[in-house]
Amino acid sequence: MSMINLNGIYIIWLREMKTFIRAKSRVVGMLMMPILLLGFLGSGFGGAMLPGIPEGVGYLQYLVPGMVGLTMIFTSMFAGMSVLWDRQFGFLKEIMVTPVSRVSIVIGRILGGTTTAVIQGIGILVISLFLGFNVSSAPGFIISIAFMALISVAFIGMGLAIASKLKDMQGFGLIMNFLIFPLLFLSGAIFPVNNLPAVVSYIAYLNPLTYGIDGMRASLIGVSSMPIAIDILALFAFCVIMVFAGAYLFEKSESV
Amino acid sequence: MGVQDNAYAIKVENLTKKFNGNTAVDSISFVVEKGELFGLLGPNGAGKTTTINMLATLLVPTSGSAFVAGYDVLTQRDEVRNSIGVVFQETALDNRLTGRENLEFHSVMYGMKKEERRKRIEEVLALVELSDKADLLVEKYSGGMKRRLEIARGLVHRPDVLFLDEPSLGLDTQTRRHIWDYVRKLNKEEKVTIILTTHYMEEADYLCDRVAIVDHGKIVALDSPKNLKDALGGDVVSLELDGGYSDDFEAELKTREWLKRIDRHDGTLNLKVRNADRHIPEIFTIAESRGVSISCVNIRKPSLEDVFLRYTGRTMRDQEASQTERSREMARRRHKP
Repeated sequence: MSMINLNGIYIIWLREMKTFIRAKSRVVGMLMMPILLLGFLGSGFGGAMLPGIPEGVGYLQYLVPGMVGLTMIFTSMFAGMSVLWDRQFGFLKEIMVTPVSRVSIVIGRILGGTTTAVIQGIGILVISLFLGFNVSSAPGFIISIAFMALISVAFIGMGLAIASKLKDMQGFGLIMNFLIFPLLFLSGAIFPVNNLPAVVSYIAYLNPLTYGIDGMRASLIGVSSMPIAIDILALFAFCVIMVFAGAYLFEKSESV
Repeated sequence: MGVQDNAYAIKVENLTKKFNGNTAVDSISFVVEKGELFGLLGPNGAGKTTTINMLATLLVPTSGSAFVAGYDVLTQRDEVRNSIGVVFQETALDNRLTGRENLEFHSVMYGMKKEERRKRIEEVLALVELSDKADLLVEKYSGGMKRRLEIARGLVHRPDVLFLDEPSLGLDTQTRRHIWDYVRKLNKEEKVTIILTTHYMEEADYLCDRVAIVDHGKIVALDSPKNLKDALGGDVVSLELDGGYSDDFEAELKTREWLKRIDRHDGTLNLKVRNADRHIPEIFTIAESRGVSISCVNIRKPSLEDVFLRYTGRTMRDQEASQTERSREMARRRHKP
């Protein structure tokens, strides 16, 4: 049996698609927070000048890539950790007992999760256009989708790694509060990280989301704090590390 | 690479599994013939599911060897996975998919081609009489329908060996009967070897060609249900005594050649008696002469429960009860603030 089983990858991806389309309330719930934040923060801070935001860039322009990043980290961590749901409902055993290799299972999950996350990210972008967001160029829009995909792959890998170490869903809320929110605040999604104390801002440079959001700013509004090549390289490196960590821990974890 | 052994559907030798020093399965050995309906009977926690999980390559044995459909579960995992179907104890369906989609997912994972897939899915759906419900979401299914769908799924890819872990657990009596009929039918019609675990005596008795009685990770007896019961040497007579046990009474009973065994259990006296209906009057006469008063008498053909009692000194119900208490106790501890 080969390591890469395309049929297996496809059907795992298809399952993610079908359940995504059927879970309308979940999707609405996931999109609600970034939309609310966009609406309130965007208009509330609309006129304010935040230090660190370049001259001539409105707060909404600054915020939208951050909210897309927020959507990415939430949906991707959720997708990675959905392995916990499968374990809870026994379906993981059904997957594990088939002759499809673990690597193919991980690839299928990552592709499925990335597809649904990117769809939701684009959804947020489209909604923000109605709120007055300006995309600087069409190619930029395409590049931002590539960034969304990279962020998504990295955090699905992280979610998978964490889920492989947890036995049940009880730790899930803990992860949400102690990992996702700090990662979010330390990424420049809502305010520039240079405004944070120096020590803390160094931590931001270890955060893959920082590079993802900076890269999306570069591609969507043409303003960023780092060169876009650095963003791509750093994010890609995180992707590779996270996917290997996720695949390794998933392989090691017991399904029964 | 292990030695190929195609003569048996399953061949297990000194299979052992330890979890953090606890021995769940303790050096068991058995073979299952091709086409056989084989049962592992024992209380919860006896090691049945652990055995199945090792045979299905979901757990790695601590020591010993096992061959399934001629393949080594340690070195030929993919071949084993391709040759088996598994129906797990707990439901393992995706509720958000329809019945047909669950089967579709499974058959693609097993690399079946499109045409073959479509035909085969219809076939197994018909076999478990779910054809008209196939396009409903599984969350709308009843417990019995879910079980049937899982059995169908276990068969889709035409496995040589089908594992059924507690196939009728949590189902009502009528549904259980139905499931039994399906299991028998597919054993005959699909010619698939079936290994099932159960803690229901009647299930093992009704379904299995041979039964291995498992207790504390060991096989304590293995034969056809009939032979196991016959080996007890006759009928079971249970006596409830008013004044407690009496050594004199038992000593005199033991002098009779028709008495095969005598056991004290939980306030009653269990006798194994050949042709019990002929000897009841005599038992009463002896009791009277020894001043023992019998308050209740029960004669029955031996069941597998009696076989279990004979080999382990306990009934399965005792075992279950203490098990339930233990798990309740654990649940209490876990929920303490």
